[in-house]
Parts: sequence; structure tokens; C-alpha cells
Amino acid sequence: MSPVETAPQAPRLRGAPGFLGSEIRLTFRRWRTVAMLAVLAAVPVLVGVAVRIRTSDGDAAGGPAFLSQITNNGLFLVFASLAAVLPFFLPMTVGVVAGDSVAGEAGSGTLRYLLVAPAGRTRLLAVKFAATVVFCFAATAVVLLAALVTGVLLFPVGDVTLLSGTSVPFAEGLSRALAVAAAVALSLVGFAALGLFVSTLTGSGIAAMATTVGLLMTVQILGTVPQLSAVHPYLFPHHWLSFADLLRDPVYWDGLLRNFGLQGLYAVVFGSAAWARFTTRDVTA
Amino acid sequence: MAESDRAPGPPRNASPPERGAPASGSAEAVVAARGLTKRYGRGAPAVDGLDLTVPAGSVFGFLGPNGSGKTTTIRMLLGLIEPTSGTAHLLGRPMPGSSREVLPHVGALIEGPALYGYLTGRENLLRLDAADPTAAPRTRRERVGTALERVGLAAAAGKKAKAYSLGMKQRLGLAAALLQPRRLLVLDEPTNGLDPQGMREIRGLVRSLAADGTTVFLSSHLLDEIEQVCSHAAVMSGGRLISQGTVAALSAGARGRLAVATPDTVEAVRVLKEQGVRGLGVEVPEEPAGTPRVTGEAPGAEETVELAELNAELVRAGVRVRGFGVERASLEDVFVSLTGEGFDVTG
Repeated sequence: MSPVETAPQAPRLRGAPGFLGSEIRLTFRRWRTVAMLAVLAAVPVLVGVAVRIRTSDGDAAGGPAFLSQITNNGLFLVFASLAAVLPFFLPMTVGVVAGDSVAGEAGSGTLRYLLVAPAGRTRLLAVKFAATVVFCFAATAVVLLAALVTGVLLFPVGDVTLLSGTSVPFAEGLSRALAVAAAVALSLVGFAALGLFVSTLTGSGIAAMATTVGLLMTVQILGTVPQLSAVHPYLFPHHWLSFADLLRDPVYWDGLLRNFGLQGLYAVVFGSAAWARFTTRDVTA
Repeated sequence: MAESDRAPGPPRNASPPERGAPASGSAEAVVAARGLTKRYGRGAPAVDGLDLTVPAGSVFGFLGPNGSGKTTTIRMLLGLIEPTSGTAHLLGRPMPGSSREVLPHVGALIEGPALYGYLTGRENLLRLDAADPTAAPRTRRERVGTALERVGLAAAAGKKAKAYSLGMKQRLGLAAALLQPRRLLVLDEPTNGLDPQGMREIRGLVRSLAADGTTVFLSSHLLDEIEQVCSHAAVMSGGRLISQGTVAALSAGARGRLAVATPDTVEAVRVLKEQGVRGLGVEVPEEPAGTPRVTGEAPGAEETVELAELNAELVRAGVRVRGFGVERASLEDVFVSLTGEGFDVTG
């Protein structure tokens, strides 16, 4: 047996890549994640088919943002679908993943084994947050791809008429669609941090998911109450629909930057809160 | 497990040679707790002023009834919960402050296994290995494969963990504790849920690990298990440590029991009482054909009556003695005499 003096040499410190990879695989291997992504993929297909059927009836398309342009250019199905899932559906899936991230591990008891591995509390939290952000991008990408494929199959494509009236070639329209998807994914970062914080508060994955999604609903409702207009600019979904500004010529950056700033602020505030809570918490589960 | 019952097991690949004379006194403690206390809310402390010393190279049995604070202690030692007061050192470093440096050398099974049910056994281990920043990714699969073989799970490694029996889960938990060569293994109820054969295998594994120089800290409610594998033991009751030392010293502290097998129990009790034997009782056999036993405290060396004399007295009184002898004190007797209660009573 080795005497204690020779004991623990400082271990070689590695970054999180191996662990992050493991975390990402874990997230996407779950049936729950796959099911949520499948439902997200179904939205553009449903919208596309519905628009297609209605317009062949000879009914003039109308309704929500971008819907009327879909029949002229399939690319608009991307924007219409993202606008449709952004207020509730997309963040709901993020709320499930973020809310379950730490609380789920605590609930199943695997948290104690990760911590004695030792994953390191700060490192574990960082990996959980990073994996949640990866999920934000993946979920948005799924909507983008499903909408793109459906749009191209069901509708004509070609030059894209931007919101400001100018026409750009399809290739540029496509890159703007990618930029829109990236903006949408980044819009979810603040909410993801909020979910992570909630997740550090409880040992029940279900409770954390329900609370996180409940917070989303509450905030969305608060956002519609005009008497509360003073607090609206501080609510995380306030600038979400600013992604449409990427479809102007020139791009109107004001709202976008305000959105990213707000998301960053949420990430810092709730990320720190989650860290403060998680690094001092007794893990008894 | 192939290597289970190999008593003084061959040194593992890079097992460090004995470095000169053993270091003196407290420096050798692999686990050292001083005044360790944990209080939840304003109730009675779950662990109260614990002073615990686990010598390097020992197999240390940690005993106590349910609710006596064993698991809370283990969690504090591993840095999962913060002590209210007092200090805990693992491998000579303070916990939880040095978790990052110390824990890679510590394997642990805490309050039973916890697995990702939707991952296979192998994937579960790969994930835990990936969580350890000191584990080289290149050799990960190899390490996991070795650990699986060591606990006899290689054949079931591809099955989803939710399909595992409790015994298999327990083995997988052990495999996780054995991913790296460890200097300390903390095993909380390691044979829980295992069949007798599995228990033997685990005991063999613990012995072979100890022979390789790993210190094993073992909590169990099976006293004979502790007696079989442990060199040292500590007994907890109601959040306090009431005794610690070598198993031999602990057992020596308790008196053996005098047992007389005889059908004439009333007469035997009378005679023995006259001879000054205390704590007399009668054990009636379960099967009708069996012989009842009269038991009492065996006379110690300092007492005047001698065993042979007792036997002669019994025979003289016409008691039909079918068996006569002193039974060695078991750890259970020690335990009962220390805690003053049955082992399964919740503290």
C-alpha cells in the first residue's frame, strides 16, 4: 500500500470534450428527445400540407406571419414554421431538456456517482448547459430542415422577396434562412439558463421540467398584459420575433442585438445562480 | 469472477512497492475524520462529533443500525454533503476542498447502484469514465471492459441496464468503483441484493483488492460478513461512533456465552444460578425432537467458578447434560452489548 504522502498527484487536467460528448449522446439517445424532435419536425409538414390544400381550394392564404408568401416561395415555410413554434413549442422542448438536466440525475441517483467520478460540480454544470444549448440548435435545425424539405417539395422556389420589398437570389435567401435559424436558437439560451437554475433547486426531474415550462407560460402571458408594459423589455421572450429583421434589406440589427444582449444577461444571471446553488448544495439523493 | 478467492493475490500491474518503513501514526490514515458533525435543520444531528481513523491497507467495517448516520458520514467523506462542523481528510487531503485531486483515487458505491436505465451496462460505465477528467479517453473502452470482466458482467454488458436484476446492478456499481486502480474503495452495502454465490464472489473480490493494497471501507448490516472480511471495524449508533478498533480487539471485549444443552432446563437453571452464573436464559428448540439450551454469561478469568466445576455440579444434581461449552462472542454480541439494542432496530 502506498503511504499517504505519495498520494494524489495533481491529475492531468483535461477539458470537458469527452464528457460533453457523452452528455450530448445521452441527451439525444433518450426516447423523449427523439419524440420531441419528431413532433417539431411534424409542424412544418403539417403547416405546408395545410397551406397547400387550402390554396388549391382557391382560398386566398392569410393569417400569421409569412403564411401568405409560402405559396409563392417554399422558403417562406421555414420562416412561417419557426414563427409558429418559437413562442411555445420550441422553448417547451428546451424547458424539458434544461429542467431535467441536473434534477433528473439527482432523481435517478446518478448525480452522486458523477460527482464522485469526480465530474466536478462546476464542470458538470458547464457541460449540462452546453449540452442544452446544443439541443437548442438541434431542435431549431430540425424545424429548419423539415420546413426546407417540405417547402421545396410542395411549393415553387426561386428569388426571395424580402420584407423590405427587395428581391434576392434563392441562394442568399437560403443563407438568410440559416441566419434566422441561428438567431432563433440563440433566443433560447436565456431560457435554457433559467431552466438549468430551476433544475439545481430540486431532486425531481418532473418537478423541474414542470416548473420551467410553467415559467415559460407565465412569462408569455405576462408579455400580453399591457398594464405590465414596464417590465416587458426584461422578459426573455420580448425580442424573440426580432429574427424577422434578418429578412430586411439592409438587416435591421437593433432588435436582434437587444435580443442577444437580453439572452446573454439571462445566461449570466441564472447561470451564476445555478452555479452558486449547485456548488454549495448537499447531494443527498 | 476468476480472481475471487485468491487470497494473497498477485500484485496488480503497477502496484506500488512498499515504500520503506510504514509512516508513523496518523499519517497513515486513509480516512481521518475529526469532530465531524452534520445537522439537518434544528433536529438532533444525523452525525455527531465523529472521530474516525481508517488505517491504510485495512478492510474497515462500518457498522450501525439503520438511521445511525453511516450514509451521512460516507457522503461527507466523499464531499457530497458539507459537514456542519468538523473536518474530514481523505488520503491526507481535506474534503470536500480537494475532491478533484482525491476522488480519482477513490472508488465508491453509495447507497446502492444508480444507473441510466436506457443505456447498456457498458455505456453506463463509459459515461462515468468520461466524467472523470483524469481518465485518458484512448484507453476508456479497455478500462470499461476490464472492470466488467472483474465483476462477472462481461456477458451482459450489451443489455440495457433497466433489464438488469438488482444483483447485476450492484455488480455494475462495483465495476464503476473499479474503473481505475484505486487507493480507497468505499463500499456501502456491497452485497445487497446478491445471491449467496454473488456475495462470496464480492467478498473474494474485496479480499483480493485488499491484498493488492487497496484500503476498503465497507459498510454492511451483515455482521458475519464484516467478521469474515474486515480487519478493523467501527460501530455507530444514533449518529455517534461508539467503538472502533481491530475486529479481534472488539470481539475480545465481549464475553463468550456458556451454553448447556439439556432436557432438564429448570433444574439446570437452578444449579447454574446457585453457582453464580448471570444472564441465564432458556432457548427452546424449534423442532420438537431438539434439545433445549440453557445459556448464560460465561465466567471470566477473574471469577472463582471454573467451567469443569460447573459441569460437575450439573451432573451431580442429576441434570442430563447433552452438550456443554462456551461459544465465542460474535461481532453481533459486541454490537448488541455496545448499542444495547437489536441490530435491526432503527436508531
